[in-house]
Amino acid sequence: MNTLLNYPVLKKLSSLHWVIAILFASTLYVTVCNLFFAEGTLLHVSDYTVSLLGKYLCYALLALAVDLVWGYCGILSLGHGAFFALGGYAMGMYLMRQIGDRGVYGNPELPDFMVFLNWTELPWYWAGSNNVLFMIVMVFVGPGLLAYLFGSLAFRSRVSGVYLSIMTQAMTYALLLSFFRNEMGFGGNNGLTDFKEIFAYSLQSPDTKLALFVATAIALAAGYAVSHFIMNSKMGRVITAIRDAEDRVRFVGYQPAHFKVWIFVVSAMLAGLAGALYVPQVGIINPGEFSPLNSIEIVIWVAVGGRGTLYGALIGAVVVSYAKTRFTAIMPEAWLFALGGLFVLSTLLLPKGLAGLLDKLLNQISPRQTETTANAEKPAAVEVK
Amino acid sequence: MIVDSKGALLSSQDLNTKHGMILYVEGVSVSFDGFKALNDLNLYIKDGELRCLIGANGAGKTTLMDVITGKTRPDKGKVNFGQQIDLLTLNESEIARAGIGRKFQKPTVFEALSVFENIELSLSGDKGIYSTLFHKLSGAQKDKIEEVLYTIGLIAERNYPAGRLSHGQKQWLEIGMLLAAEPRLLLVDEPVAGMTAQETERTAELLTSLAGKHSVVVVEHDMAFVRSIARKVTVLHEGSVLAEGSMDEIQENRAVREVYLGEEQAEL
Ligand SMILES: Nc1ncnc2c1ncn2[C@@H]1O[C@H](COP(=O)(O)OP(=O)(O)OP(=O)(O)O)[C@@H](O)[C@H]1O
Ligand SMILES: [Mg+2]
Repeated sequence: MNTLLNYPVLKKLSSLHWVIAILFASTLYVTVCNLFFAEGTLLHVSDYTVSLLGKYLCYALLALAVDLVWGYCGILSLGHGAFFALGGYAMGMYLMRQIGDRGVYGNPELPDFMVFLNWTELPWYWAGSNNVLFMIVMVFVGPGLLAYLFGSLAFRSRVSGVYLSIMTQAMTYALLLSFFRNEMGFGGNNGLTDFKEIFAYSLQSPDTKLALFVATAIALAAGYAVSHFIMNSKMGRVITAIRDAEDRVRFVGYQPAHFKVWIFVVSAMLAGLAGALYVPQVGIINPGEFSPLNSIEIVIWVAVGGRGTLYGALIGAVVVSYAKTRFTAIMPEAWLFALGGLFVLSTLLLPKGLAGLLDKLLNQISPRQTETTANAEKPAAVEVK
Repeated sequence: MIVDSKGALLSSQDLNTKHGMILYVEGVSVSFDGFKALNDLNLYIKDGELRCLIGANGAGKTTLMDVITGKTRPDKGKVNFGQQIDLLTLNESEIARAGIGRKFQKPTVFEALSVFENIELSLSGDKGIYSTLFHKLSGAQKDKIEEVLYTIGLIAERNYPAGRLSHGQKQWLEIGMLLAAEPRLLLVDEPVAGMTAQETERTAELLTSLAGKHSVVVVEHDMAFVRSIARKVTVLHEGSVLAEGSMDEIQENRAVREVYLGEEQAEL
């Protein structure tokens, strides 16, 4: 490791290169081992594992979205599950329409739950839902529009801190209640499920599952690249500045509300994309995804992973989700306590999260001589001539 | 004209200061829950002037700056920048872009960013979303940053996170951020609070050198400092102007002696 990290080429690599390289390598590994190593052999990766990993990558993208607003801009959103769910519903509507006349009632036009409600035609807002392009647009526009409306309202009237967090909880809770209602036309508490195909490929086929996993990895890499670009531009510096001293930003001549709305919308769109990729992999979307608890869990991923570093969000989401998979298999009822405990522990022991710990370890192996950290070692109060 | 279609101000270059005045504050009153922080206050600042504003704690100095920069809206009165800009119709960031810079009483810099980046964000120019996202520093802008770093004596600390600077250095960085924006009018609230004698002296030099090219209003409690920089001093008391004139005139003024300088007379 030591010598590896000291290669000049490798030292020049940014976190973006590392994350994409690791994502690429692990995706390739999983793909090869799933396709070419038979069940029972040592290197085999099962279809179940592929689906599970696909889910984790969706969570990682979602955590990245929350990190953009919370870690970098100081907006503690406890409602990002809503954007994730809306992206999921946009995808779910499309998948519902692909069922066609293979539903229980055999109606070629209407999804089963609508037939069950004695509806005779599609509600207007389902128009276009069987069009792929329309679906893709809605995955971004749905969450983006909600974020724009909510953000404009909240940020222009300068709501911040705890009040803002409570408002985001209220937002996702209100959506939870609305989507539970059958008359909303989104399948009520059962949600949308029993999907058959995506883009004419069977959702039951292992190959489709693998393809969805790979697509999620690509989406995550793209989302990461976009976030990296934003945070390394002047935009990213303005956003960090808003987190640290919003008034100063205002008196320097920027309109913080515009920037907050903008990053909130970008973040909501990433969350929507994560939701859209999640739904075909788990086979269902229901109002439970709007549950306020879900949104809090996302924030815990980011806190454990290390907010304010993009890769920290990914690490947190994957590690905590893996722990959840393991833990709920043994004692499901205790998971929430474990999650709470994890949050308290990481806040106390690892204020910068796992990413901070990783940074420390890497620095011990091979101290990085970036100018800032090198200078920072010197006492700050240098006499000015 | 300096106002674009949306009413945002683009530059302060062609600000109309026909009568030699850059700032008009007329009959301004502000009350907080019935308490009058500013009471029918009048203040005129000449273009290029260096003005000191003194007054006891709670006299309304900071509130006056809040009114000028759009942070607080007055109950009544007029505030004009040059001839044609009514500051009461603009918000904080529009006022900043119109050419009024402000240093807060408590030094406020972007702690997580480097000294260089603090100055970079403060440069004058388009502050919209898209130009910020795709911004590339031009050669001229880099030179400007260097020039500012030199002026405020933080060349060696350029890559420090601003949070690591000493108190005095933060005060200077904040002044540097104002300079980078190339404002016509600078409002500086207690610039030497917490500075060493040597730092205070340098700050005095800096502020005096700014006058002429910029108009500067300085609020300060440190009388020796005020004496060393001021041509003209305005004394605020209970929200209105008590006296105005040179430091010597102020010290001779009866009313001022009674309410403000009374106990400091000995050392002046
Ligand atoms: N937001 C506010 N709400 C209520 N009262 C306020 C507010 N801002 C200022 N005041 C009051 O208005 C008066 C003037 O305050 P201001 O901060 O302008 O005084 P100052 O002259 O700057 O004093 P100092 O020298 O202590 O900085 C004070 O009595 C203060 O308590
Ligand atoms: Mg004050």
